[in-house]
Amino acid sequence: MSVIILLIGASVLVAGGFLFAFIWSVRSGQYEDDYTPSVRMLFDDEKADTSKKSTFKTTKK
Amino acid sequence: MPLYFWACTGMPGTETIHKLTCYHCGDSCPDTTFQLDDKYFCCFGCKTVYEILSRNDLCDYYAISDHPGVTQRGKAAVQKYTVLDIPTVREKYVHFAEGDTAYAQFHLPAMHCSSCIWLLEHMHTLHPGILQARVDFPKKEIRIAFDITQVQLSDVGALLDAIGYEPYLRLDDTPQNPDKSQQRKTLIKIGIAGFAFGNCMMLAFPEYLAGGDISDPHLQSLFRILSLVLALPVFIYSANAFYIPAWKGLKKGYLNIDVPLALAIILTFGRSLYAIFIEHTAGYFDSMTGLVFFMLLGRYFQDLTYKTISFDRDYRSYFPLAVSRIEAGKEMQVPLSDVQKGDMLLVRDGELIPADALLVKGKGYIDYSFVTGESEPVEKKIGELLYAGGRQVGSTLEVSVLKEVSQSYLTQLWNNIDTGKKQEEHNSLLQLTGKYFALAVLLISCAAFAFWMIQGETQTALDALITPLIVACPCALLLSATFTNGNALRYLSRIGIFLKNAFVLERITQVDTVVFDKTGTLTQANTSSTHFTGDSLQPYEKDLIAALAMQSNHPYSKAIVQWIGEHVPLAVEKYQAIAGAGIEGMVEDIWIRIGSAEFIGAVRDDISERGRSYVSIAGKVRGIFHFNNAFRPGLEALMEQLRNDKQLYILSGDNNSDRSYFARYFAQQNMFFEQSPHDKLKNIKYLQQRHHVVMMLGDGLNDAGALQQSDVGIAVTQSTHFTPASDVVMDVGRLPDLNALFRFAKAGRRIIVASFVISILYNTTGLFFALQGALSPVLAAILMPLSTISIVSFTTGMTTLAARRLFARQHMRE
Repeated sequence: MSVIILLIGASVLVAGGFLFAFIWSVRSGQYEDDYTPSVRMLFDDEKADTSKKSTFKTTKK
Repeated sequence: MPLYFWACTGMPGTETIHKLTCYHCGDSCPDTTFQLDDKYFCCFGCKTVYEILSRNDLCDYYAISDHPGVTQRGKAAVQKYTVLDIPTVREKYVHFAEGDTAYAQFHLPAMHCSSCIWLLEHMHTLHPGILQARVDFPKKEIRIAFDITQVQLSDVGALLDAIGYEPYLRLDDTPQNPDKSQQRKTLIKIGIAGFAFGNCMMLAFPEYLAGGDISDPHLQSLFRILSLVLALPVFIYSANAFYIPAWKGLKKGYLNIDVPLALAIILTFGRSLYAIFIEHTAGYFDSMTGLVFFMLLGRYFQDLTYKTISFDRDYRSYFPLAVSRIEAGKEMQVPLSDVQKGDMLLVRDGELIPADALLVKGKGYIDYSFVTGESEPVEKKIGELLYAGGRQVGSTLEVSVLKEVSQSYLTQLWNNIDTGKKQEEHNSLLQLTGKYFALAVLLISCAAFAFWMIQGETQTALDALITPLIVACPCALLLSATFTNGNALRYLSRIGIFLKNAFVLERITQVDTVVFDKTGTLTQANTSSTHFTGDSLQPYEKDLIAALAMQSNHPYSKAIVQWIGEHVPLAVEKYQAIAGAGIEGMVEDIWIRIGSAEFIGAVRDDISERGRSYVSIAGKVRGIFHFNNAFRPGLEALMEQLRNDKQLYILSGDNNSDRSYFARYFAQQNMFFEQSPHDKLKNIKYLQQRHHVVMMLGDGLNDAGALQQSDVGIAVTQSTHFTPASDVVMDVGRLPDLNALFRFAKAGRRIIVASFVISILYNTTGLFFALQGALSPVLAAILMPLSTISIVSFTTGMTTLAARRLFARQHMRE
């Protein structure tokens, strides 16, 4: 029977991992704008971009 | 590399009739005046935007989508962005600053395509002071990080304007940060509840399948404890979305729908604890977490639908943010709220008169279309009274303020309405049913409990107390309304009909009287049906007239251009618009005039001059354009459908020249013309006093009072950034579907009733067994999510089906 306990533990752990991933993604604002990033990633990067450091880190709280 | 392609069909200079389209915005160009780098533009504004972009190597903008720009034609005189540097205003937009870097947030209604995102996010190449820009496309917002040592907030605003994205400036337009964190919290709550629900279900399954008996007692208790651990955060954290409103409601002495829910959650949790630790049987954590998860999901779904629709009931959003005040001979920008009686203000071309005022200097041509619906400007002389809400057309005026802004005519109108607020939400059918249902369930389970206690069977009594609450928890009932309405609203917003909330849908079903505004709603404001009398025009003459008419923004000029249709673009010289008279100009060395009889020098008929424009070519009168206000396409069919079961009215600010035209669909006594906004409001009130449920359709500020007074106020709009005081915002093109909307609302109601019946069947069957104590709580726990899921799929499926059926034509068109 102990193998079931092990399995349950593992499955809850994995599920918990996903839960925390979800919470992290919500906290970092990934659910606020679900359209713009999909367009943004298609734009060509410019060389000039790198000189200015990314000022938009995700806002906490 | 960007693909520059030739936007016109044919080479310039050739004799073929061709249409030049603006490289920037895709509108047709009146002539070849605005040209740069082989590209043509419809106006100076569009050309300027292109110039800025090409100078900064940002022409990729034009490669991402064709004609991505927004036309700059007819844009009001240069906006004063200096107002943004007034500290009180500045802090509304700059929400965060760190060292030299400040973060500002603007709403840009003009944003509409991926090119916009690209350009706006490359703003830093336009000005070294701008560090970075981030776009939130669905909200049409931009966050800009800028260096305050290099650039002022006003410069940022002006730069956005210069590249064609005029920021939407409003004092109360503060970015909603609290709302954002609220949404995140809700999502996390749902996540936790979903996680716990899934796992509790998994852990509960062995007990269900084994009939409540697992051979290994250790494993059994482990499962139970684990379920408890999983359910704990849901009970404490996720479910407080119900506890808090329930508690708030109770404190006010009002039994809201959250009370039975909160009670069911707490009781189920308590019963489960009792089951595990005292009785050593299975708990009901799976049903508790499931309940919280589904209810939260339903609410989130509903909120999401409303989020995209922001309604504004503040009159100030129509007024300028700041006005130019003359102080000691100097012009100063002051916030609107600082304007006081006796102040001298400057009102420029295209600006609104912010308060009732006396004209002191200048010649006024005031366009009161906002207030009265009249599109033709009224001439005002020095010493005359100007009412707030009018827009000056022409030269700059100096006015002396007579009343403070808050006392003006328009404000009075709004304040009137605010006091007579419509009854909201509370006595909605759903709320009532939910409430009484909950109450009934509580009473029944208590009675059953008492009954079994008297019989001396404590165990059965406990079961009979708890199971009805689990089985008959009102969640299926609530979900049916939430999901039906949520799905309906979502569908409607996708086709261009935006409802304020679900209660509007419910009210629509009760409407028996429909009131229309005329201009801009029933009829097209710009493209009235036009005809020409006089010797028929030669193609060349049409080109001449079209060239001149294209210079003007007047509805009649636009109608003439539309009437002429395809034409050769020609350049116009010495163009002049004489307000209240007409327009004139030199086209190919021929002097053309369009306007009133006096202006042209024609003999005036005895008929009133309304709705006609005279044309002269080289001093010779060529004929008269007549403008008839005609129904928008598709509306006649709508009238046919509506007049069977609804009373139809017209309330129009215009004169009654079209009375006979509308008599086909409207009874004579139901047509009211020359109505001031206040008259409209009074008329709606009168109808309501006679127990009619009134729907009002209007297009503008002049209808705002009537829209708000009516039971269902529908703002019919062409532009997306118009946010009037209404319950529904409807795209103009959807107007012919009004009857479909009525039927859809009714179908929605039927679906809710049907799902009510289904869930009541579930509940009574469940209750029947539960009250006898024959239904084990475990079985109840299985039934609960099952009924929920079936109800949810039934309602969403049925609404989608109804929508498809009723709005089928639109699907084809899209």
